[in-house]
Amino acid sequence: MNFKTLAKTVAMGGAVCAALATAAAAEVKVGMITTLSGGGAGLGIDVRDGFLLALEQSGRDDIEVVIEDDQRKPDVAVQLADKLVQSEKVDVLTGIIWSNLAMAVVPSVTAQGKFYLSPNAGPSQLAGRGCHPNYFNVAWQNDAYHEAAGAYAAADGSKKAFVLAPNYPAGQDAITGFKRGFGGEIAAEVYTKLGQTDYAAEIAQIRASDADILYYFLPGGMGISFMKQYSGSGAEVPVIGPAFSFDQGILGAIGDAALGVKNTAHWSKDLDVPGNAEFVASFSEKYGRLPSIYAAQGFDTALLLVSATAAADVTDADAFRAALKAADFQSVRGAFKFADNHHPIQTIYMREVIKEGDVVTNRLVGPAAEDYADPYGVDCKM
Amino acid sequence: MSLILIAEQVLNGLQFGIMLFLMAAGLTLIFGVMGLINLAHGSLYMVGAFCAAAVAAATGSFALGLVAALAGAAAAGALIELVVIRRLYDRDHLDQVLATFALILIFSEGTRWVFGSFPLYLDVPPALAGPVALPFGIQYPLYRLALIVIGLVVAAGLFWLIARTRIGVQIRAGENDREMIAALGVDIDRLYTFVFALGAALAGLAGALVGAIQSVQVGMGEPVLILAFVTIVIGGIGSIKGALIGALLVGLTETLGSVFLPELFKLFMAPAAATQTGASLSSMAIYILMAMVLIWRPTGLFGARA
Repeated sequence: MNFKTLAKTVAMGGAVCAALATAAAAEVKVGMITTLSGGGAGLGIDVRDGFLLALEQSGRDDIEVVIEDDQRKPDVAVQLADKLVQSEKVDVLTGIIWSNLAMAVVPSVTAQGKFYLSPNAGPSQLAGRGCHPNYFNVAWQNDAYHEAAGAYAAADGSKKAFVLAPNYPAGQDAITGFKRGFGGEIAAEVYTKLGQTDYAAEIAQIRASDADILYYFLPGGMGISFMKQYSGSGAEVPVIGPAFSFDQGILGAIGDAALGVKNTAHWSKDLDVPGNAEFVASFSEKYGRLPSIYAAQGFDTALLLVSATAAADVTDADAFRAALKAADFQSVRGAFKFADNHHPIQTIYMREVIKEGDVVTNRLVGPAAEDYADPYGVDCKM
Repeated sequence: MSLILIAEQVLNGLQFGIMLFLMAAGLTLIFGVMGLINLAHGSLYMVGAFCAAAVAAATGSFALGLVAALAGAAAAGALIELVVIRRLYDRDHLDQVLATFALILIFSEGTRWVFGSFPLYLDVPPALAGPVALPFGIQYPLYRLALIVIGLVVAAGLFWLIARTRIGVQIRAGENDREMIAALGVDIDRLYTFVFALGAALAGLAGALVGAIQSVQVGMGEPVLILAFVTIVIGGIGSIKGALIGALLVGLTETLGSVFLPELFKLFMAPAAATQTGASLSSMAIYILMAMVLIWRPTGLFGARA
């Protein structure tokens, strides 16, 4: 299943592009390790496609991308990272989707002096004590969606929440984050098995509880199973969740069962900021599907890279780091800057699942947490 | 914790167990009759779900989707029996594990290649959607109730097939003495292909039925496969009755454990710690059950072989 693509950006020419390209003399080599096979492949493919789209549109022909498939396995990701650093001699790494894979790869590659731009995973360890000057998270710290959802639910008048997440570190973080934002009473806190597919038992507990809001974090297939079963169960507690369970890639599989569910994200396809409508249109045209949050994150990661390589030479680590930190690019999420721990300060929005014609998708409701910065930055000494 | 909730959880456990039985029955037949460890059984479950989702999306009919799942999984089963599995009967179990593991990878990437990387949509038919009121004020999803009924009907059909029909006699004979029934003029190759396709069709049916309330995606078969192996080890390898009892035991233990263990720990621990300890322990519960059954009966509850 070893999968390797060598993608080189196509030269588009033009005076503007040429001017940009001359600013960065040396060629930049980027290694992308992401999940392209198996059950979680949809996320990695979206990040890759968004990333390549932004590179293509930038017209830069001096950025070379080597793409590798980690199969969602930490050991494979570590091997690929070694290969990219030692034999491909890449300058920048990116692409990892899952927090456990990021924890296995990021500390070692940043210690070897390489830059890592995270297009998705944002484990608290790397935002706090384990932060590193060469590590930049362009997506979000893992807590962001959960904490914003908690704050929104509390502001919306919910008093008692039922919370549900898989029993693994990201699941526990999700519940901690939600509770931090919510501050209200918790009717019950239920941990499910990772990869669980049947939620009848939990749904019965939800129905028997007196909660007035249900918050769950069940990424990927787990969320699809849960929502389909929940909507057929007769339970009526309103649902709120992070976008991971209600994003474009999986809404089609949940179908009408998800309609009306509120979910938090840093981006939405109808977000009215410069460049976003163009991004949505060009992505849909090129790949024949609507972009997801992951596609938007991949797109932004490439924009950041392009802006930094235009401003500084990648071989001059200090200047390149400063150029990354400046985040001088127009993110499709709107205002964006890095906090001192190199994690975003950004607005987290509330979205609602709706149907546009035959397509189930999200519409923007409004901000859930403005200028959100994660709470781990205080532990970051660099 | 009300009685209604307990009754509802018992129903949930039964439903989970019955679906597990559809997977385990095929697995135990194939292991029992042919002596073959088939790791690719979960892939046939996935094939069934994808066939059902594709046909249901194209025709709008869930029933046609079920037919497609049965036919698709049986065809896939017959095909891999003829092309790959047939060469493995005389090899040791390690070779079988290796070859059928390769089949898992081929099926997963093949499915991804044909259907794409994003999960497919498959919903319960409108006639079975929503909850239904049972006696004593229990509200229960109609579709899950239908799953229990379908599973029981299939189980009854399978018992009838094994115990009362000519082909059942041949299957039981093949289990006991392969050379002898070949000498009696039974076409053992054809019998094996039939048994394998039957097991595959059951797995495909389970995949399609469960796919409607879960996620139809690549890799959906592997977690179920592990549970199905636990089930047949508990029930005794090769025994359909064992598979049924084992599946119900596993279904009930899994469901009730995940609900009641955290409650139990709350009696003497802080709620947050109790939830986590309970959740961790409940995911071990079926393996503890398996270990206890094996200590008591090393060949499983209804296993004949030493």
